[in-house]
Amino acid sequence: MADAHAATHDSHGHGEHHDENHHVLPFWRQWIFSTDHKVIGLQYGLSGLSFLFFGFLLMMVMRWQIAHPGEAVPFFGALLQKTFGVAAFSNDALGRMGMLTQDGYNSFGAMHGTIMVFFGIVPAAFAAFGNYVVPLQIGAPDMTFPRINMASFWCFFISCVFMMVSFFVPGGSAKSGWTSYPPLSGIADSIAADPNFPWDHFFNGQTLWITGMVFNITASLLGSVNFIATIIQLRAPGMTWMRLPFFVWAQFITAFLLLLAFPPLEAAGVMHLMDRAFGSSFFMPTGLVVNGQLADWAGGGSPILWQHLFWFLAHPEVYVLILPGIGIVAEVIACNTRKPLYGYKAMVGAIFVLAFLSFIVWAHHMYMTGMGAKVSAFFQTTTIMISVPSVILLTALLLSLWGGSIRFTTPMLFATAFLPQFGIGGLTGIPLAFNAVDLYLHDTYYVIAHFHYVVAPGTIFALFAGIYHWYPKITGRLMNDMLGKLHFWGSVIFINGLFLPMFLQGMAGVHRRWYDGGATYEQISKKVVFGHTSLEWNNVSSFCAFALGAVQLIFIWNLFTSWRAGRKVGRNPWECTTLDWDTPTPPPHGNFDKELRVYRGPYEYSVPGADKDFTPQTEPPPSAEPKAVPEPALVK
Amino acid sequence: MTINELIGIVPNASEHGTNIDHMLELCHWFMAALFVGWTTYFFYTIWRFNKRRNPKANYYGVKSKASLHLEVSVVLIEAVLLLGFALPLWNDRVGPESWPDKANTLEIKCIGEQFAWNFHYAGPDGVFGRQDNRLIDGNNSIGLDKTDPAAADDIVTKGELHLEQYRPTKIEITSKDVIHSLSLHTMRMTQDAIPGSMVPMWFRPVKAGEFEIVCAQLCGANHYAMKANMITEKKADFEAWQKSILDLRKPAAPVAPTAAAAAPALPQIAAK
Repeated sequence: MADAHAATHDSHGHGEHHDENHHVLPFWRQWIFSTDHKVIGLQYGLSGLSFLFFGFLLMMVMRWQIAHPGEAVPFFGALLQKTFGVAAFSNDALGRMGMLTQDGYNSFGAMHGTIMVFFGIVPAAFAAFGNYVVPLQIGAPDMTFPRINMASFWCFFISCVFMMVSFFVPGGSAKSGWTSYPPLSGIADSIAADPNFPWDHFFNGQTLWITGMVFNITASLLGSVNFIATIIQLRAPGMTWMRLPFFVWAQFITAFLLLLAFPPLEAAGVMHLMDRAFGSSFFMPTGLVVNGQLADWAGGGSPILWQHLFWFLAHPEVYVLILPGIGIVAEVIACNTRKPLYGYKAMVGAIFVLAFLSFIVWAHHMYMTGMGAKVSAFFQTTTIMISVPSVILLTALLLSLWGGSIRFTTPMLFATAFLPQFGIGGLTGIPLAFNAVDLYLHDTYYVIAHFHYVVAPGTIFALFAGIYHWYPKITGRLMNDMLGKLHFWGSVIFINGLFLPMFLQGMAGVHRRWYDGGATYEQISKKVVFGHTSLEWNNVSSFCAFALGAVQLIFIWNLFTSWRAGRKVGRNPWECTTLDWDTPTPPPHGNFDKELRVYRGPYEYSVPGADKDFTPQTEPPPSAEPKAVPEPALVK
Repeated sequence: MTINELIGIVPNASEHGTNIDHMLELCHWFMAALFVGWTTYFFYTIWRFNKRRNPKANYYGVKSKASLHLEVSVVLIEAVLLLGFALPLWNDRVGPESWPDKANTLEIKCIGEQFAWNFHYAGPDGVFGRQDNRLIDGNNSIGLDKTDPAAADDIVTKGELHLEQYRPTKIEITSKDVIHSLSLHTMRMTQDAIPGSMVPMWFRPVKAGEFEIVCAQLCGANHYAMKANMITEKKADFEAWQKSILDLRKPAAPVAPTAAAAAPALPQIAAK
């Protein structure tokens, strides 16, 4: 941290070369309201990681309830009940404090999904890694619009405040699922939980959720505009499109996905807010009877409209979650196999196709609404088509390993484990793509396991790989390798123990969002698979979830102690080729200390005839004839 | 033993479900083949090309075109699954030609509410009575218009869906309040219950017995307990059940009905 202080300078005159004589900015300009892409990246990263851990804690409380229905949470029960109040916790049958209530379970479930997706992974994978690494990798002094960048973070900060406050209003936070399907989300909290609380019309969980989402979306839009402009405008001389590291391509496409997919949900969010706060009926149909009473909405709206608008965002959102992860894995694999990526051009093509197709598959989330044969045929076809670029990406990454000289550093361990785990997530999507088969599996734990394999052992493993990989660039110190390996093996064992049983449970008919873990349904919960009933598999999953949580403490310890105690390293500890390793460590304000010119592709490792096994992008060709450099082995 | 059975599929109870399970089985074989192939390659590669075993990386890596062949075969297999199985299967459910002959179909209306399922049968006359949400009250959970003569022999049950074995069944599904989802997983059918819309689905139950009905869409605090039962019984038992309910409505008849007719028929639990 101290090194970073000394090296960070004034923010005047972005885009110019900086000299070392600027005065040091006051602390709040340098670390709080900063316009430096690296500081904003760190702000996003720390908030994202905190939310990932918080979302995981919510899930652990739910996993306790699923495995031990109606029992108070041990050790922390009283603390939880005092913190979250009676909306979420009550005393159990034995009078102990801290039993999750039905509403509490639904509210934790809704917030787990929302927080993990919109407040954890998008800020960490897209905003944090993108902000920190993209300008470095393309050779830019900062983002194109540093102030918009700062506005993006503070917009995100406001959305975090809304979401966190919503836990503590009467009635608790939103409890209609992370998808917030109306009319459930329309009528939720419409009766004041506390008659003495005059602001319940606005300050209730669901309305705060919508408001928070509108700010969150705005933050993402500001960020995505900035990424696109930066990658188009600020590439260093010689950094042609096909010399961009794959990670930059992934972030570029991700930014387009956010830019094009989020506005419909932002509009839908505002419409939803109107329904709740001002009595409109965009999503409320005619003749609702709630609690035996004809409801007080004009009606005429369509609850399905919300689902279309929501999934029009939320399917591309899946690729927003996974593409930066694939980008990170590609960087780590190229560096640690000491050879070029296999099929770089095919991979770039694949993510273009992936991004385009991701906009026309959304209704496969809605097969159960009852879709006609023709519409369904369209969405089944596009959904199966999108598996093709995904297979190309995974194949290319797997084939990149062949012929390498693989160093199993901690980041590489996470990157290699990503491949089969992401594979499981992708493969189990195949039966879900088909309408007739999906009806059996939809909303069961099979689907839960499927998408968690994509985003948890997938994206989150990629995030870990990225953190271990770029940590020395950010802090100038390595993270502890032994603790890193301990963290890896613990994570890989328990995360599979957590999610693999869910495939079995899902096949047996265990559905998601069940407060008692399925005890109500005797036929389902007594179904025996591999010697255990569905209910017993709940215990296995839950145990692994708690153990996985414990293993993350090693990571948190490592993350903070290495900041001061880690082994010091120079500019390029991993011997990488890309521009991010061609800066001082940590990078100063303005990033680069020399004139940049890019001469070659991003992954020139083990070039035949070269004197070392990596050739940085900035290294000029040995002779005047550029032909002396062998053609990159990237053509596929 | 099939992969489906190995990983715990629930036995199927409908006619078309056999095809669904067959396709799911094909998908699982396809997935298993790809996964086993990839992981074998993966583990061999990370063993073979470990730095200790292979200190110098090869700049050119894979030269073979095997991956291209693999990708083409993946595309072909997926195309067969899609065009040969998935599209015809769904067309059999909802295509305009696929709906069963009305004369032989048992028609049922299903109305979801927080947190129960109502099932509305037309009764012996085969005509549903008029329904209006404004008439809903404590004694009339679906708002059936009792002044409509067609409603006189209508039967409304809560949490109990009676089906006739081998008779095509069409269920029209809606909801009073929020979105629910009628999941008959043993029949391999699921349909959201959407307020403001009435969406039909159909299937032909072939296996007699009693099965659980799941609400598959989050619908509020007691969503997890919104369970109903589905009873598939032989034609005679189904008719006896219907008669037993209607008999209860008759004004006290001069001749007392026999004990057997008055008692509601017990659902057939035995499998077939």
